[in-house]
Amino acid sequence: MKRLSILAALALSASLAACASQPEPAPMPEPEPTPVYEPAPEPAGPTPGSVEDFEVNAGDRVFFALDQHTLSNEARATLRRQAAWLSSYPGARILIAGNCDERGTREYNLALGARRANAARDFLVSQGVDPSRISTVSYGKERPVCNQSTEQCWATNRNAMTVIQSGAVS
Amino acid sequence: MTVLRYLFAPILALIVMAGSAFAQTPLVVDVTEGTLDPTPIAIPDFLGADNREAEIGADISRVISNNLQTSGLFAPVDPDAFIEDITDINLRPRFGDWRVINASALLVGEVTIDENDRMLVAFRLWDANTEQQLQGLQFVTSPDNWRRIAHKVSDAVYERLTGESGYFDTRIVYVSEGDGPNGEPIRRLAVMDQDGANPSFLTDRSYMALLPNYSPSAQQITYVSFRDGRATSYLYDLETGRQEALFDSGPSLASEGQSLSARFHPNGRELVVSAERHSGHDLFKFDLRSRTLRQLTTHPADDVEPSYAPDGEQVVFSSSRGGQSQLYVMNADGTDPQRITFGEGRYTTPVWSPRGDLIAFTKQRSGQFMLGVVAADGSGEERILYEGYFVDTPAWSPNGRVLLFTRGDRTREGTTYSIWSIDLAGFNLRRLPTQGEASDPAWSPLID
Repeated sequence: MKRLSILAALALSASLAACASQPEPAPMPEPEPTPVYEPAPEPAGPTPGSVEDFEVNAGDRVFFALDQHTLSNEARATLRRQAAWLSSYPGARILIAGNCDERGTREYNLALGARRANAARDFLVSQGVDPSRISTVSYGKERPVCNQSTEQCWATNRNAMTVIQSGAVS
Repeated sequence: MTVLRYLFAPILALIVMAGSAFAQTPLVVDVTEGTLDPTPIAIPDFLGADNREAEIGADISRVISNNLQTSGLFAPVDPDAFIEDITDINLRPRFGDWRVINASALLVGEVTIDENDRMLVAFRLWDANTEQQLQGLQFVTSPDNWRRIAHKVSDAVYERLTGESGYFDTRIVYVSEGDGPNGEPIRRLAVMDQDGANPSFLTDRSYMALLPNYSPSAQQITYVSFRDGRATSYLYDLETGRQEALFDSGPSLASEGQSLSARFHPNGRELVVSAERHSGHDLFKFDLRSRTLRQLTTHPADDVEPSYAPDGEQVVFSSSRGGQSQLYVMNADGTDPQRITFGEGRYTTPVWSPRGDLIAFTKQRSGQFMLGVVAADGSGEERILYEGYFVDTPAWSPNGRVLLFTRGDRTREGTTYSIWSIDLAGFNLRRLPTQGEASDPAWSPLID
């Protein structure tokens, strides 16, 4: 079984950032900035309003605790950025997919995934996004981004993923 | 297919006359306790007058032998040990020759194909110790139905020796799992005979198909289809291949709502199903004739995985209404829900036994999954039949003596899924012969 290995690597780092129970690393002393005199670089990064812009600058997924569908503070922060992005690009329509880890039965997870997608949708609506721009779907545990049977993978797979369906800048 | 079936009474009478009365305990196979001491049965190749008949006869004996062995209740005797060469099934066997190789039962049969290509299969089941004929039947059909006949003979033997109806002339619908070229999940409905023969796909790779269940007539299945982009209850006619969404998400349902695995009422006209409404999942009854949907539960928590009692009077389901998932039984009209599980852990996937007394379930505790049964009224202790890394979707054999389930095993590449069977006593754990990964078994009723 081999799927989406690149996505999995990306998602893994995202989950670490989202995991509240992870011990905080000791702060590194910041080196004094050395002034550098060079011509300003060409502006880089994703095109504003593009799918990539959404994924990089807003964040396309939020994560959930085991067997839960309540939004964490991190999840709310991500969804606020999504809502701001969506208000900047009012032509964009989104699909929110609710996903689960593999540690539950198939039907139970389809229901739980729907709860997660709905939680993300309801929060976006509370932030002023028009509900008619949002569709939701539950994939239960059928579309894991990470395939290993490990706690870290499961945490990555417990998510609500926002996909721009139309209206993004290409 | 039509199978004519009758006792061949004249021959039976003849044999009873010639039978000697041995003072022996009649052969009875105990199905209730499970067994580590299966009953030895000798199954010589069914006879045939020419090569074609003899070949089919040998095939039939092989399928019967495999069926009975797989049940865990019988141990077919190695044919190399046979002493008597059966040449005519209408002659009394030399019972001493069978007792000396420890065969308690002897099954003999013959295949005759007439000029119209009609096949007649006759068999006699003998008790080697009492020297009594226990059963004698014949079947008429076309030669290409020889497997069905082998299953029907197996059912007759099982029924005669255990006192319970058999489950060999049945089919199993399941989900064949895999990954597409871009890592997308492939989930296709597949169907096979209960022994793994005649496998075929019912759906293609273009959409996910999950959680099938049989109708009481075995002619339809319900399943969860992603054809329309999200989980939707579908009805699939096995004879015509036609399929349709069970109900439209009309004004009574949230417009974006999903619907999950529907199960038939024993009357075949109604179904119970969990569907999304107001951001949660409630149970609904759907009437196939009037195409109407009636809401049965309204709790804000998710109510999922419903299953009817065999008398149709009650429904068992799982719900998070008490915090974590537990099992509840309510009247079929939605009244009087009562919790029936109080043990430690999360209880899921309740399925009512066709016998009515037990409910099979899965449960998750301390990172392990279990398959168990509990009395339908919640009395007494639950019994755990299997424990492992992952368990889902229990499915009863039509006689309520065997359970199929999805088992997940942890590997380096992730979890791999396969279908296993186990008997009600927790014995005889076996993997079903599916090609590739498989899950979500549904066991058909006995086929007519």
